[in-house]
Amino acid sequence: MEIPGLLNYWIVIVLIMVGFYVVISQGNLVKKMVGLSVFQVAVFVLYISMSKIDGGAAPILDGAIKNYSNPLPHVLILTAIVVGVATTALGLALIVRIRDAYGTIEEDEILEQERNDS
Amino acid sequence: MSALFSAHLPAIQVVVPLISAPLCVLFRRTGATWLIALIVSWTSFGISILLLEQVIANGPISYLLGSWAAPWGIEYKVDMLSAFVMLIITSIGSISMIFAPNSVNSEIPDDRIYLFYTMYLLTFSGLLGITITGDAFNLFVFLEISSLSSYVLISLGAERNALTAAFRYLILGTVGATFYIIGVGLMYQMTGTLNMVDLAQRLPAVAETRTILVALGFVTVGIGLKLGLFPVHVWLPNAYAYAPSVVTAFLSATATKVAVYTLLRIYFTVFGTKIFTALPIGEFLLLLSLIAILSMSAVAIFQKNAKRLLAYSSVAQVGYMVIGISMVTATGLTATILHLFNHAMIKGALFLVLAAVFFRIKSVKIEHMAGLGKVMPYSMAAFVLAGFSLVGVPLTVGFVSKWYLILGALEKGWWPVAALILISSLLAVIYFWKIVEVVYFKPRPQDAPLIHEAPLAMLIPMWVLVGANFYFGLDTDITVGSAKAAATLLIRGAP
Repeated sequence: MEIPGLLNYWIVIVLIMVGFYVVISQGNLVKKMVGLSVFQVAVFVLYISMSKIDGGAAPILDGAIKNYSNPLPHVLILTAIVVGVATTALGLALIVRIRDAYGTIEEDEILEQERNDS
Repeated sequence: MSALFSAHLPAIQVVVPLISAPLCVLFRRTGATWLIALIVSWTSFGISILLLEQVIANGPISYLLGSWAAPWGIEYKVDMLSAFVMLIITSIGSISMIFAPNSVNSEIPDDRIYLFYTMYLLTFSGLLGITITGDAFNLFVFLEISSLSSYVLISLGAERNALTAAFRYLILGTVGATFYIIGVGLMYQMTGTLNMVDLAQRLPAVAETRTILVALGFVTVGIGLKLGLFPVHVWLPNAYAYAPSVVTAFLSATATKVAVYTLLRIYFTVFGTKIFTALPIGEFLLLLSLIAILSMSAVAIFQKNAKRLLAYSSVAQVGYMVIGISMVTATGLTATILHLFNHAMIKGALFLVLAAVFFRIKSVKIEHMAGLGKVMPYSMAAFVLAGFSLVGVPLTVGFVSKWYLILGALEKGWWPVAALILISSLLAVIYFWKIVEVVYFKPRPQDAPLIHEAPLAMLIPMWVLVGANFYFGLDTDITVGSAKAAATLLIRGAP
């Protein structure tokens, strides 16, 4: 069967689409950040899935271990997780400031106020 | 000592600004942090010149970080193109740091100024990192370093709209960067390598597979978001309009240029020219950028805020660069690379003048600029001369890059494209004239407060850039020479 073997990839595709859809469709800025995080995490899963092989162990130099999973993508994703955390933190910090300045975190209300400004 | 120093220049170039950023947080004093930023910028400018000299003399430099051998460790690669782009970034950085203190002190609250310089240094090192690295994933990391810090820079703007502009840029910028790593991930899946040169060798074997074509699509859209390619440029006008003035000048002259550089790198160094036959990617880019140069120039005409007007003009100018890429010829790429440099000089000068205007009258709305030609004669003269270059009047750099672009179009027999480029230049005349008319032919209102010419610390940097516009318009040896050399290397697909 093809589907079980590719299950991770299907999950990745679904998560990417869900995250992306939330970013586009939600007017609430915090929900947008949630969508963005889901979107990013989906990519982490993509990287981690591609390096795993059936029966692969951790890459330790030992005569008993024949199959290794590729550790490199895991390490790459550690970096990407850090980037994701920084992005989320910065986004939320901006939302706090936006709420101070506009009194709302709904995009349409912010747009209305901006239109009145100009 | 000096041999050791020159051997490690590529690492020093990135590490010095990166380490200076936390130093700024430790010092906290406005004067001290400015001095650090100034010294670091000029040091990097010096290193860029040394690197360019080394590349011209000995060919591309390959630097192994931590001495790990190339496809496994991260490799820094300096060739003609990256040395040239680094020269653009560092020269603009150095000049805007001389300009910065007056403008920054008046626009950003005192207790946040040290953060401005910290973030500037991080953006600076991120941009240099993107240019110098030879590793596709490392490029993503530097891309995020420069993007995250530039969101902060933009949000430091005085008006509250700066916050929403920064937030929108954060959302779209992150989507762009994530698209880029999806693309890189798919390429890694097929080739097992992240080193660009290594990728270039392994990709041809799998080039026709759907995975690689999808990867190409993701990377194109991701970088397209970063460079403000029409129609994913929507973050750009607000971000440029509401950011602090110096930030606008610095980012408009460097950030989109580095994104164009990334596109060139991925297309020509990693994928090679064959992708343009595998997918109609050239036609796709050509269509989008033609729409960009016409529609964005037209939209610029109707803007009331001078910074916003120039921001739309920037989207149009990015269109010119992408047209050069879509030609896939040596002349087209020469035009693109030339315009990277030339547009940095043009927009750097224009936005610095607007920063000086904001410093004096606290507004860059075009209606408020009435009569400034009389009270700020030197700044406004600089504005007009840089504007000539934007339009592409002969003797300026703007003319040189448009000349090569039209030459490239005619070489391919694309008469309509050449005509559209000329029409778009005429639109540039119209929107630029709108500002000039108000500045020189409208009287200053009676009740307007008395103001003076901008201080010398602002005039000198802007006139240096204006001077560069004319100097490199007349003496094209250095710029055209470097651009041609870089373009030939790219088109041959040499690493």
